[in-house]
Amino acid sequence: MQAVLRSVPVCAGIVLLLCALLPQAAMAAPTQSFLQPMGPVAEEQATHLWRVIAIAMVVILPVLIGVPLLVWRYRIGAKGAKYTPEWDYSAKLEWLLWGVPVAVVIVLASWLWYSTNRLDPYEPLGPAPLRIQAIGLDWKWVFLYPDEGVATVNALAIPVGRPVELTLTTDTVMQSMLIAPLTGQIYAMPGMTTKLNFAATRTGVAEGENTQFNGAGFGRQKFAVTAMEPARHAAWLADARRAPMLDAATYRILRHRSVLAEAREELGLSREATPLYFALPMPDLFERVVAKYHATGGGGSGALGGTGLPSRPQGGDE
Amino acid sequence: MSQPTSPIFGRLDWTVTPYTDLLHHVTSSTIVGAGAATVLVLGTLGAVALVTRMGWWGPLFRDWLTSADAKKIGIMYIVLALVMMARGIVEGFVMRAHQATALGTLSAPESGLVAPDHFAQLFSTHGTIMIFFVAMPLLIGLINFVLPQQLGARDMAFPVLNQVSLGLTAAGAALVMVSLLIGKFGTGGWTVYPPYTGIAYSPGEGVDYWLWAITISGIGSTLTGMNFAVTIFKKRAPGMHFMRMPLFCWTSLCVAIMLIYAMPALTVSSAMLMLDRYAGFHFFTNGAGGNMMNYANIFWMFGHPEVYILILPAFGVFSEISSTFSGKKLYGYTSLVIASMSIAVISFTVWLHHFFTMGQSANVNIAFGIATMIIGVPTGVKIYDWMATMWRGQVRITTPMVYLIGFFMLFVIGGLSGIILANPSIDYQVHNSTFLVAHFHNVIIPGVLYGMLAGIHYWFPKAFGFRLCETWGRRTAFLFVGGFLLTFMPLYVLGLMGMPRRSPTFQNPDFLPWMYVAGVGAVLMLCALGSLGWTFWSSWRRRADLAVPGGDPWNGGTLEWSSPAPVPAWNYPRIPDVKARDDWSAAKRGGDPWKGPDDYADIEMPANTRFGLVLAAAAFALGFAMVWHVWWMGVAALLAIVAAVMWRGMIVLEPEIVPAAEVERADRQFREWVAAAPPASRADEETPRNRGVPDITEFAG
Repeated sequence: MQAVLRSVPVCAGIVLLLCALLPQAAMAAPTQSFLQPMGPVAEEQATHLWRVIAIAMVVILPVLIGVPLLVWRYRIGAKGAKYTPEWDYSAKLEWLLWGVPVAVVIVLASWLWYSTNRLDPYEPLGPAPLRIQAIGLDWKWVFLYPDEGVATVNALAIPVGRPVELTLTTDTVMQSMLIAPLTGQIYAMPGMTTKLNFAATRTGVAEGENTQFNGAGFGRQKFAVTAMEPARHAAWLADARRAPMLDAATYRILRHRSVLAEAREELGLSREATPLYFALPMPDLFERVVAKYHATGGGGSGALGGTGLPSRPQGGDE
Repeated sequence: MSQPTSPIFGRLDWTVTPYTDLLHHVTSSTIVGAGAATVLVLGTLGAVALVTRMGWWGPLFRDWLTSADAKKIGIMYIVLALVMMARGIVEGFVMRAHQATALGTLSAPESGLVAPDHFAQLFSTHGTIMIFFVAMPLLIGLINFVLPQQLGARDMAFPVLNQVSLGLTAAGAALVMVSLLIGKFGTGGWTVYPPYTGIAYSPGEGVDYWLWAITISGIGSTLTGMNFAVTIFKKRAPGMHFMRMPLFCWTSLCVAIMLIYAMPALTVSSAMLMLDRYAGFHFFTNGAGGNMMNYANIFWMFGHPEVYILILPAFGVFSEISSTFSGKKLYGYTSLVIASMSIAVISFTVWLHHFFTMGQSANVNIAFGIATMIIGVPTGVKIYDWMATMWRGQVRITTPMVYLIGFFMLFVIGGLSGIILANPSIDYQVHNSTFLVAHFHNVIIPGVLYGMLAGIHYWFPKAFGFRLCETWGRRTAFLFVGGFLLTFMPLYVLGLMGMPRRSPTFQNPDFLPWMYVAGVGAVLMLCALGSLGWTFWSSWRRRADLAVPGGDPWNGGTLEWSSPAPVPAWNYPRIPDVKARDDWSAAKRGGDPWKGPDDYADIEMPANTRFGLVLAAAAFALGFAMVWHVWWMGVAALLAIVAAVMWRGMIVLEPEIVPAAEVERADRQFREWVAAAPPASRADEETPRNRGVPDITEFAG
């Protein structure tokens, strides 16, 4: 079925390009595209893409094929072509011209309804999901595992097979998190929370990124999501718990406008893009960051760096 | 930021030009910045020198800048749009060149042609310019030129207001241009989402340039919408019932209604953001009860109808040219009218699809996703109707037809990606990616740009009295098609590969080949721009060969082809008495279309006025003063606007009277010339034998 679906739309140029080249793209580094899915959500999204393209061909192919034929057949001076200059209406044709697009839209709309409900990112994929929280900072992500007492910067590890519930906010401007091979994106906004539910069905490394432009370091706000066997994941968590504490002072430094490499430098580490791991002594850090933006009198808790632009801009456009 | 504000100069000082940056560090980025400023300065000086040397200041002022003639205002809109388009295309090229050199790593600072902040300014100005100062002036200009002629009117309902609209648009465009030399532009993209663009995260003049340019030109566009609507409702010639109006008039009516309802939303969202930035309000700030989601909602309540404001006039053009160049009646007039009006109405119900990923419930997304798909139905019907118009016609592949064929083949791909994006479940993946960038270029370039260029080609002889060179016209069209394909098809692939839009750098080496292809495409787009300029220049040099004084070079069917080319200021010696849809066709079928009126009367035309110029200058001064916090100048400019409006309201306005004798002389001369000219057949259309007097025995349809 899948093969049939894919063979139909090859005529459209873009699709041709896709089929030919995307598989090669997958070989390098972390997977970055939902067309090489690592979990059920992205898989269903990719399937739905091909489905929509195939259905839409019903209305698109007549144009792509018909226009060249029309131009050739009815070019001025063409031999034997009929010429009916006064013809401007046909009731039968009207039914066809309106009817076919309406029918196609009814089919597409039904699929849209089904797939949108089925892929609602707020719906958990199963019982007892792994809770993870993400705080978007300029230009990095802090991930919290509140139940495990672990925090990271720009590293996410999830066990294969167990559903994940990711709750997001930011401690700066609006951002949007996309982990394409696993799930679609959702906006993250200060003082508000949004959710992504997903799961990995195979091991591998997916690239996650911010897709909402937020300043000079935007192009480097990427992170790796590693889907690993549950046993390895447990070991990974245990390792991270032995790392230094993520205290308020460290968080304030992370909150500066900096990419990961610059933040590491500020923390006295080497200037490279290796993720940071922390033990998390404050299980309610995420809630406290959200609450900052609801404090009366503005400013919120100074301990976590307030709500404004960080006092020490770094690596930005200044 | 704690910039000092001088009471006299505000925040202006000598360090605001890109030359200061160049002196501080010489990099490719600062060289590009200073180079752009230099082009602006030299271009302005060159234009001033040329006008002075040719002694054009007088005619420029008398015949153009102070004119209230809708046709001249339309032409000035289009000139403004083409100048801005040159900048927009060059910016697009610089961005492509940057991304082709922007492969980096996560640990090393961004590399490439320009710095990340400079890149962000480029995508912000590019989008702002292309939407507000290229597409909008192109379509408003074309409607201004064509609409009164097609309706059988002499001018717009409010000719002076029309001049004011042009002035405000030009003032906004000037603000964006000045930002090249004085200060920086914003980095928040053309949508300027807060809180990133709030005062906390974007201090300085950049976002303010956007806000004032958009607010000022937006008010101009609102007034334009009212002007178009009243003109269509009140100024139609006797017998021009609604269902006899050419399709271009119908799409203009849709545009007018949409401008009236959509533009205020933009003015409101911009005004609220201004209050946030200037007066410490908290509409869209992070804390203190602000909510950025409201901005997205209000902005896109404008933004989505705007997309159809841009595309509908192009649909109007395609309706006209598909019929004319197929030598055939337009198929499905009523369907096309219903489809246009449906698009106009439904376009107000789909704005949320610009942020499916904001976290609302699945049911909300479903409702807006389906509404978005529904809009595809009337759009599809229109395309099939034009194909049916070509069926059993005699199709001449003139330049406008090349654009139409390019539109057919490319726009449906844009439509396909639009249907894909309308699915929230897929949009979650490709939103904010270069797939989206490819999609909207895929509908705007083959749709709006091709449509407008086709329209310019089609009506150019009516404005200037000579045709544009078909050979160069077709070359330009092919370059725009090829340039589009090479530039934007790779962006679809990159988007599906996971590349976010607006990326100043990327780390995946697999992106690079696609970037190179897109870079080659950008070079082709530059060539297309050059070729377009050459088309105008070479046609002007051959204007004697290409002259079509008969005024009907394409053997057209709508009213405007009955007048001479160039069309006189009064359009028609007598307001025509319309008896049929496509009245000029009916006259041709009747046998003696060029029969003159029995008697002539004095014609009242709107007199020249400086009002628009004064308001444009004051509006520019207001915007510039507010951007740089030069408060005294802002107050003075505001008072000047109020004073000018009041003065204008209090004086008695005398129209200019064209005496009947002068109208009669010009009209009889034209009709005698037509009677003496040898008619040209359609086969001779592109040869010097085409003098604008078609062989009406060939006419049918």
